[in-house]
Amino acid sequence: MAEQVLTDISALRTSPLAHMASAFQQGAVAGKRGVSARELAFTTQLGLRAEPGSEAHAALAAATGVGLPASVGEVAGNAEGTAVLWNGPDEFLVVAPEGTELLDDLVAALGQSAGQVLDLSANRTIIELSGPSARLVLEKGCPADLHPRSFGAGTAITTVLGPVPVLLWKTAEDTFRLLPRASFADYTARWLLDAMTEFASPEVD
Amino acid sequence: MMLIECPWCGPRNETEYGYGGEAHVAYPADPNALTDNEWAKFLFYRKNPKGLFAERWVHSAGCRRWFNAVRDTVTYEFKAVYKPGEPQPIATTNAPAQGGTK
Repeated sequence: MAEQVLTDISALRTSPLAHMASAFQQGAVAGKRGVSARELAFTTQLGLRAEPGSEAHAALAAATGVGLPASVGEVAGNAEGTAVLWNGPDEFLVVAPEGTELLDDLVAALGQSAGQVLDLSANRTIIELSGPSARLVLEKGCPADLHPRSFGAGTAITTVLGPVPVLLWKTAEDTFRLLPRASFADYTARWLLDAMTEFASPEVD
Repeated sequence: MMLIECPWCGPRNETEYGYGGEAHVAYPADPNALTDNEWAKFLFYRKNPKGLFAERWVHSAGCRRWFNAVRDTVTYEFKAVYKPGEPQPIATTNAPAQGGTK
């Protein structure tokens, strides 16, 4: 019997929340108290570490094409293309659309300097929560101040949602991206769907 | 709930932090030279003052960095936070010896 060799394994790939797609559809709430969630699967994510002020930091900033964020909350680049989130004073996460070829450039830019470039694409998935009630849903379980005066569009912080450590990235006024680790994604999705349920009913005075 | 100021991330909820005990406990220069009693004191004996106390905290759900804080153990109020290596802004009874800032 001839041995079958699978060269393209992309068909076998399953995102952490593929099984929740229909639940996301059913859980979506329309209207002026609306909120909905969906998974943005298979994004390219690269972890970078370099001490600010070092040569490695400057080289990586040039290689990303959008620079590196300087302080907490800042996001370099934009959500549709390549974005770099601030995870810590010397720790950053590049988030880019599926298939973005950036890893080799960054590894070459770092060279032998002290620092790190690592493909973390499978580490976290992205849940996009959007709608007028998105902030109210998150505020049920996130202790960070999500009011627009301190958490505006185009910023991202590392925090928790319920018990789950997440990166919380506000990409537009009513749109948040949550990046839980893949193993926490199912719980996070179910937590969100549960929190979204009340907005399907009229507000109680 | 209490807000704690992270030197890198700003004020965040206390649930994002972990406690690391007394700050500025210097590692012995030559651990092999210590008696069992001295080694036990380095490992396990910590001050427990009433009032200002320099402590280590970690922003475990945020930037994951360790920092030092001066906290009043009577009121729980954080008087100051400072990064490792920075001088202690407010003197405490467990202040680093000879101006060391470990």
